[in-house]
Amino acid sequence: MKAIGRIALYVSITIFFLLSIFPFYWMFVIGSRTTADTNRFPPALAPGGLYIENITKVFNEIPFFLALWNTIMVASLVTASTLFFGSLAAFAFSKLKFRGSSWLFGFIVATLMIPGQLGLVPTYIIMSNLGWINDLKAVIVPGLVGAFGIFWLKQYIDSTVHNELIESARMDGCTNFQTYSRIALPTIRPALASLGILTFMGVWNDFLWPSVVLKDAEIQTIQIALRNLNRVYYRDNAMIMAGTFLATLPLLAAAIAFSKQFIAGLTQGAVKG
Amino acid sequence: MSLKTDATLASSTVERRKPWRTQSFKDHLSGYLYISPFFLIFGVFTVFPVLWSGYISFFSWNILGDKEFIGLQNYVWLITDDPRFWKSVGNTFSIWILSTVPQLFFALVIANILNSNVLKFKQFFRVGLFVPNVTSLVAVAIVFTSIFGYNYGLLNYALNSLFGLENTDWGASYYGAQLVLSIMVMWRWTGYNAIIYLAALQSIPGDLYEAATIDGASKTQQFFHITIPMIRPMILFTVVMSTIGGMQLFVEPLLYQGAQGGSQGQVLTMVLYLYDTAFTKNSFGYASAIAWLMFLIIIAFSFFNMYLTRKIQSAN
Repeated sequence: MKAIGRIALYVSITIFFLLSIFPFYWMFVIGSRTTADTNRFPPALAPGGLYIENITKVFNEIPFFLALWNTIMVASLVTASTLFFGSLAAFAFSKLKFRGSSWLFGFIVATLMIPGQLGLVPTYIIMSNLGWINDLKAVIVPGLVGAFGIFWLKQYIDSTVHNELIESARMDGCTNFQTYSRIALPTIRPALASLGILTFMGVWNDFLWPSVVLKDAEIQTIQIALRNLNRVYYRDNAMIMAGTFLATLPLLAAAIAFSKQFIAGLTQGAVKG
Repeated sequence: MSLKTDATLASSTVERRKPWRTQSFKDHLSGYLYISPFFLIFGVFTVFPVLWSGYISFFSWNILGDKEFIGLQNYVWLITDDPRFWKSVGNTFSIWILSTVPQLFFALVIANILNSNVLKFKQFFRVGLFVPNVTSLVAVAIVFTSIFGYNYGLLNYALNSLFGLENTDWGASYYGAQLVLSIMVMWRWTGYNAIIYLAALQSIPGDLYEAATIDGASKTQQFFHITIPMIRPMILFTVVMSTIGGMQLFVEPLLYQGAQGGSQGQVLTMVLYLYDTAFTKNSFGYASAIAWLMFLIIIAFSFFNMYLTRKIQSAN
């Protein structure tokens, strides 16, 4: 009986696993063949030998590495700043007593419900008045600190950074900022790791806003650049997939490298409803 | 205890002479300072644009032409004379239900499997389940289009050769396209939610289960009486986040069927309609009215959601 249960367990998790990675695998299959190959019946299921050829075409069509570099710049800056300002605000809401703090925190949580697209048109107009169209600033500045990060980190600080610690730090003469940087920050490292991964991935794969404000090829992020591989008359899916596959690898590597910390960050602070 | 009293005494003595040296003053100063970056950014790039779009919604404004004040006319048109808008509202909700319910159910199943003591290679499975979330939407759209394609699609091929079924035109049929889109969303987020649930499962103390086993509770009873209640906060969190995400669904339908949401608007969601109106047709006034009406619908739905979850909680 026990053995059957165990087999069922492995079979079902393997099915979920395969369903999860199959489209990713197929991305590589398409990227290593010709587009004509994929428009055939029966469809090809094994990788072909044309990956290098396809990726070379990508490099000729778009400034791939420049776009990748832009994306890394934007994602790193936004992530670093989200973690810094987010944890600072979360620390204030969790450990400092100031008038209106609970009301302001409630307000921040409520803003999560505002769809980002609600102010799309005016934000575009603001950006064009600032002269930030075709400037990475247009993508970086609005993302410097977000409501979700503050919410996430505040919950974590509430449940992991004890008030006794804060009090004893103060008795030792720590200023508020020292208490934040020496006591709170080291304790919430796991939560910072998971929020950092989520933020980085979000920015890396962000599509709508960058596509609205970044028009010039030399300033685009990788998602927008890849999207430009679509031609009106003929869409070379093989080429697009070759490029997208390559652009996903760094992110996948980062996710694997940090997956332990990611889980740890979720577990210890267990978000409260 | 006496130490603390001394400290309080000392600080109150200081308070009389130098108010800016008290902890309370410092807390206020740092508190407002630390949260100010958010409010600054939020004010400039969210509050101001949102209010401005409310103002624009009272005008007829094409980006090239002049603004003309028309009062509530945009809203009147939108509510009484725009079937496409109402179609987009309906689509948003049907796609949301189609993707969220199975997604959270499977996530719970997967999390329970991953949490099992006998399972090995957990790290390996976990990474695999996280792959969809890392994959860019551009790739997801192309891959799913080719899996669910009409002539050369993988699924049609499989159904054809295994069961001898005729080819189905998934993208062109109304519910077929919505189904494909929902599967796309599910594929991307099920593993993510599973990992969130897994984290919650791991924080349940093991002795709860031991005690239940001694009392003779079956595995199923344990699941419904220990597991579910213990991870309820996390379930609520995922429901809230999926609702926020689902109501704002946009990039997937855009990449899958274009800005029109397909030939008959199969996957035209609210945000996609807003995007199309603003950036393809350049009708900024009308687009702003869409944005505000959409916002009101989301708020109403969120309150309904909260009411429902409170009901469910108090019922237990």
